Amino acid sequence: MTGEIGSIQIVIELLYLIASVLFILSLKWMSSPTTARHGIWAGEAGMVLAIGGTLLNHGMSYQWIAIALVLGTIIGVPLGRVAMTAVPQRTALSHAFGALCVTLVGSAEFYLRTPDISRFMMAVLSLEVILGGLTVTGSLMAAGKLQEILPQRPLTYKGQNLVNFVLLVGALVIAVTLVLHPASRSLFPFMILIALAFGVLLIIPIGGADMPTVISLLNGYAGLSAAAMGFVLNSKLLIIAGALDGSSGLILSIIMSKAMNRSFTNVLFGAFGQVQTSAAGAEEAKPVRSATPEEAAAILSAANRVIVVPGYGMAVAQAQHKVRELYDALTKRGVDVRFAIHPVAGRMPGHMNVLLAEADIPYDRLIEMDEINGDFPQTDVALVIGANDVTNPAARSDATSPIYGMPILDVDKSHTVMVIKRSMNPGFAGIDNPLYYLDNNLMLFGDAKAFVGSIVRELSGGHA
Amino acid sequence: MNSSSTLINALFIFVLAGFIGFEVIRRVSPLLHTPLMSLTNALDAIAVVGAIVLVGRHESRLATVFGFIAVVAATSNIVGGFVITDRMLKMFKSSRPASQPAANSSSKPVAK
Repeated sequence: MTGEIGSIQIVIELLYLIASVLFILSLKWMSSPTTARHGIWAGEAGMVLAIGGTLLNHGMSYQWIAIALVLGTIIGVPLGRVAMTAVPQRTALSHAFGALCVTLVGSAEFYLRTPDISRFMMAVLSLEVILGGLTVTGSLMAAGKLQEILPQRPLTYKGQNLVNFVLLVGALVIAVTLVLHPASRSLFPFMILIALAFGVLLIIPIGGADMPTVISLLNGYAGLSAAAMGFVLNSKLLIIAGALDGSSGLILSIIMSKAMNRSFTNVLFGAFGQVQTSAAGAEEAKPVRSATPEEAAAILSAANRVIVVPGYGMAVAQAQHKVRELYDALTKRGVDVRFAIHPVAGRMPGHMNVLLAEADIPYDRLIEMDEINGDFPQTDVALVIGANDVTNPAARSDATSPIYGMPILDVDKSHTVMVIKRSMNPGFAGIDNPLYYLDNNLMLFGDAKAFVGSIVRELSGGHA
Repeated sequence: MNSSSTLINALFIFVLAGFIGFEVIRRVSPLLHTPLMSLTNALDAIAVVGAIVLVGRHESRLATVFGFIAVVAATSNIVGGFVITDRMLKMFKSSRPASQPAANSSSKPVAK
C-alpha cells in the first residue's frame, strides 16, 4: 500500500521535473521570434504534464476540479482574444488572477495547518499572502487605470507615503505575531485586509506613463508570491516557476526604470505628474514651423532614410495600420524606413512592437533605442508619431528638467524632424518639449491616423 | 521529515532557478517583452497544482471553496495567457521571407 503511494509520488515528481525543464526551455526559446512559438508549445506541454501529474494524487475527488477547470477555460478564452491595444490591461488583470490564486491557497493552507505550523512556514506563508494580496488589488487598480475606468492621473495627498508605510508596518507586525503565536488565528484576516488596502494605495499615485514599470513590478511580485507558495507546499515545480516569473518581472522592471532614469522607490513613491506644472506654465509662445500633408509627403518621398518614432499616441489614435500603409508606400519608392522603439513607449514593455507587428510591419524593421540612436545623424527624416517625452532633448541638456538623464531617441540630430501631434499641449508628464522649436523641426498638426492617411494619399496620388 | 533540510533544499532550488531565470530572460529580445510577460504569466499559473489538491482533498469547506476559486482564476490565466501569447507571436513576421519567397518560405510556415 505505502509502496504504491510512494511510486505514484515518484511518477508525479518526475512529471513535475519534466514540466520544469519545459518551462525553462519555453523561456529560452523566447530569445528570438523565429523560435518563440516553440516556446509556447513547450509551456503548454509542461502545463499539461504538471496538471495531469497533480490529478494522479491519491484521495482526490475530481468533480469540482473538473468544473473549476472548465469555468476557468471559459473565462480564459475571451481574455486571450482581446485587442492588441488592450494587452496591457489584460496583463494587469491576469497578474491579479494569478495573485488571487496564490493568496487563496495560502489562506486555505493557513487555516488547515495552524496552530501546528513551524515558524519558518508561518513566515513564508505571511510573505506569500502579503505579496499576493497587494498584487491582487494593485493589479486591479493598474488594470482599471489602463482601461480608463479609473482616472489615469496620479492621485497624491499629504502624508501618502506615511500612510503606506504605517500600513506596511502593520501587516509586518501581524505577520511577526503570527510567527511567534500561530494560534492567534483571528489576526490573519486583518493581515490580508491590510495587504489588499496597501495594493490599492500603492497604485493610486502612479500615472499612465509609469505603467510599464509598474506592470513589470507587479509581475515580479506575482512570481515571488508563487515561489513563496512553493516553499509552503514544498513544491519544487512551483518554486522554479515562481523564481522564473519573479526574475522576469525583476529584469523588466530594471530595464523600464533605467529607460526612465528612475529608481524603483521613485516610481512607487514619487508620483511623476505633479512636479512639473511650473515648467509648462513658464513657456511663452515661441515660433514653431508647421507643414501640410502635401509638404510632408514631398519631404518623405525625397528622403533616402526615414526613421519612424512611434509612441503611445499612435496606439490611442489607432494609426498603426495607416503607418503600415506609409511604410509600404515609402518602401516601394526605395526609401529605407525603420522604426525606433523606446523601451517605455506604450503602456507595457514591448507594447509598440506588438502593435506594429499586428499591422504587419516586419519585426526586423523595429530597432531598439541603443541600436538605432547612432543612426539619426545620417537620417533624412525622423517622423515622430504620438511620442513626446522619449524624444525630448531637454533630457540630455537641461539639468532642471524633470526627465533630465532619461535616455531618449536622438531625433533632433536627424536632418529633418516631423512631429505629428494634435496640438502644442505637453505630453503625459506635462513637460514642454524644446524639440518643437528647433529649426529642423516641422509640426504636423492633426490626428495621427488622419494625418498619416493624407500623407499616404499624397504619396500614392503623385506616383500611382 | 527533516524540516530544516527540506528548507535548505527548497532554498537551493529557488536560488538556482532564479539564476537560470535571470540568465535566460536577459537574452529575450526586447521585441518580445510583451509576449514574454504573457507567457510567464501563464507559466506562473502553475500555482493551479496547489489549488487542485485543495479542491480534490476536501479537507475543509473553506479550503475547498478557496481552492475552487483559485483553480478558476489560475486556469483562466493558463488558457488566456497561452492563447494571447500565441496570437502575438504569430504576428511577428520577418521581411526576409517576403523578399525571397521561394527559397525561404519552406522553413517558416512549418511552425504555423
